[in-house]
Amino acid sequence: MADGAGLPPGEPVLSVRDLVMHFPIRRGLLRRRVGAVRAVDGVSFDILPGETLGLVGESGCGKSTVGRSVLRLYDITSGSIRLEGTEIGRMSQSRLRRLRPRMQMVFQDPMASLDPRMTVESIIREPLDEHTGLSAREKRERVAELMDAVGLNRRFAARYPHAFSGGQRQRIGIARALALNPRFVVCDEPIAALDVSIQAQVVNLLEDLQERFGLTYLFISHDLSMVRHIAGRVAVMYLGRIVESAPREALYADPLHPYTQALLSAVPEPDPALARSRRRIVLRGDVPSPANPPRGCNFSTRCPAVMPICREVDPLSQEVAPGRTVACHLHGPLAARTPNPVRETTRAPEAPSIPAGIPGDETPGQTPTRSVP
Amino acid sequence: MTDAASDPPAPGAREAAPPAGPAAATIAPAPALSASSDARLELAGSSQWRDVWRQFRTHRGALLGLFFLLFVTLFCIFGPWLWQVAPNALDVRNKDLRPVYSWLWNGDARASWSHPLGTDQLGRDLLAQLIAGGRVSLAVGWTAMLLAMLIGTLVGVLAGYFRRLDGLLMRFTDLVLALPILPLLLVVMLLFRDPLRAAFGPQTGIFILIVSVIGVTSWMQTARIVRGDVMALKEREFVLAARSIGTPARRMIPRHILPNVLSPIMVSATLGLASAIITESALSFLGLGFPSDFPTWGKLLFDATDRMADFPERVLWPGLAISLTVLSVNYIGDGLRDALDPRIRGR
Repeated sequence: MADGAGLPPGEPVLSVRDLVMHFPIRRGLLRRRVGAVRAVDGVSFDILPGETLGLVGESGCGKSTVGRSVLRLYDITSGSIRLEGTEIGRMSQSRLRRLRPRMQMVFQDPMASLDPRMTVESIIREPLDEHTGLSAREKRERVAELMDAVGLNRRFAARYPHAFSGGQRQRIGIARALALNPRFVVCDEPIAALDVSIQAQVVNLLEDLQERFGLTYLFISHDLSMVRHIAGRVAVMYLGRIVESAPREALYADPLHPYTQALLSAVPEPDPALARSRRRIVLRGDVPSPANPPRGCNFSTRCPAVMPICREVDPLSQEVAPGRTVACHLHGPLAARTPNPVRETTRAPEAPSIPAGIPGDETPGQTPTRSVP
Repeated sequence: MTDAASDPPAPGAREAAPPAGPAAATIAPAPALSASSDARLELAGSSQWRDVWRQFRTHRGALLGLFFLLFVTLFCIFGPWLWQVAPNALDVRNKDLRPVYSWLWNGDARASWSHPLGTDQLGRDLLAQLIAGGRVSLAVGWTAMLLAMLIGTLVGVLAGYFRRLDGLLMRFTDLVLALPILPLLLVVMLLFRDPLRAAFGPQTGIFILIVSVIGVTSWMQTARIVRGDVMALKEREFVLAARSIGTPARRMIPRHILPNVLSPIMVSATLGLASAIITESALSFLGLGFPSDFPTWGKLLFDATDRMADFPERVLWPGLAISLTVLSVNYIGDGLRDALDPRIRGR
């Protein structure tokens, strides 16, 4: 079995290619499939060992779905997910179970992610029960170690989650995720439900644990300043796509995609002098429904720099600098304008590329654009 | 577990490593704990049930209910040794006796200390009949309730957890729910009474028949409630977390799903016990239950309704026994539900 320790340097821990996760919309008496919510629509990224990839975007853009999909908590629609060289995108859940110890997750809501009927000890012990053959005494020892590692008092092991504060609960969740020595941890907005004063503690804890255990994080958040603090590389998502992906410094210093620029301009500036001189980009309109994304570029309905081509052709992701990709016509070479034929047929039914020989033919892929306003 | 073995930092070594980074000092003030903390950890299992009992005791109704139920159960189990009058022995000369306490307001009432609660029109002792009837009623009530809970929980959990089974199982539940129960009971009794009697003897045969008929016709409400709760639970993040750990369904259900649907099951169990006792009474009343010389609380009650005005005690005692048992079980269920919920327990 390929192990992270045995990977050649520079080989990613997680490599995702064209990840697609569509949730079917069913209507009517017979629950016929009338369309799909395109929560994740062709996402690709790599995460190197020991690295933190920050995944940012506004709510509803599919960040959490990406996080859950790469752990195969959903059965993905298509695409490839390689964990340490092993393809897990199509693996059955029973075979996947043996790989679960390598990848774990820290959940968003610490109130909801802990079973209210279990004691802290049994919550942290569950992964050990599932995947190890340790004796009861060894498990207890390990639980105590984990509680120390996340800064929880060992004496609280027999208590129930409701007796803890939000920050402490999140520590319980982190301890559970670390119980099996994973190499890769998805942090799904681990700080979104916490007090600002607690957020810093939890983020510092995550950084500290990363350093100690050599963890690799996919850090999902809508908090740009927090991502700037923890992530080495940042990917910006909009409506199921990654629109820009870049090293942290480059992205924050010089955002290329108009959406990234708008996002960064919304981060409050503590210095009043600078704040006054700053140009704030206010996006108009709403995020289009992921069940019915616009034709051409997903961002074309709200983009301040929209061009006619943006409403026609979907921009491909282009590497504009080493390690830096943008999906925008402003930055892509002319080659990007050649549309992807597959995407054209699924996303623009009235495009001339569709053969006109089948009038009135309503394939499932076409109906949503018509029936859903 | 190839990982743990080949990972450079072994589990023990990892935690032993000195905390690196500036954050460690501020956020992980793990106090050096002595062996006493380990002792606390080991106590966790046993003290949990002590906590449950402590919370249960604070519910006065539940405690009273528990005492009453214990009393009734012990009374029915050990009663025949204390009161050695056969429940179906006919004492024709002493028929229609009033209970001894009627002397309190009527000095020349027909009563006798040999039959303290009086006798019926055939001279059968009411106290002995209450004891014998209680045995049957309680046994029928508990067994039928447990059977109904078993079927209802099973159907509800399977339908709620496995989406593929949902349609099939819930339409089946609707089907059973739509059946007219009484005609169904008549047919079932007619069809199966004699074969079961032949196989298990008259009493056991009819007991099995009644218990299974009541159980099989009263699980649907439980199934529906449980299904709804399981479906809601399934979307909670802690179930997702367990899935990300790799917990398979066969351990997910007993570990995460069942403990969290305990409250609705408990509530419908207490209601189920009550309705099982009452259904058995109704069956006996229709002549479909136990044979006529075989007392149950429901049967005593219905036998006495004809002359209720003259002999109110014959209705009062079995009626009181049924209602108080049902009430106490309801209270116990209430108290138990609170006691088993760790969120309420701490308060």
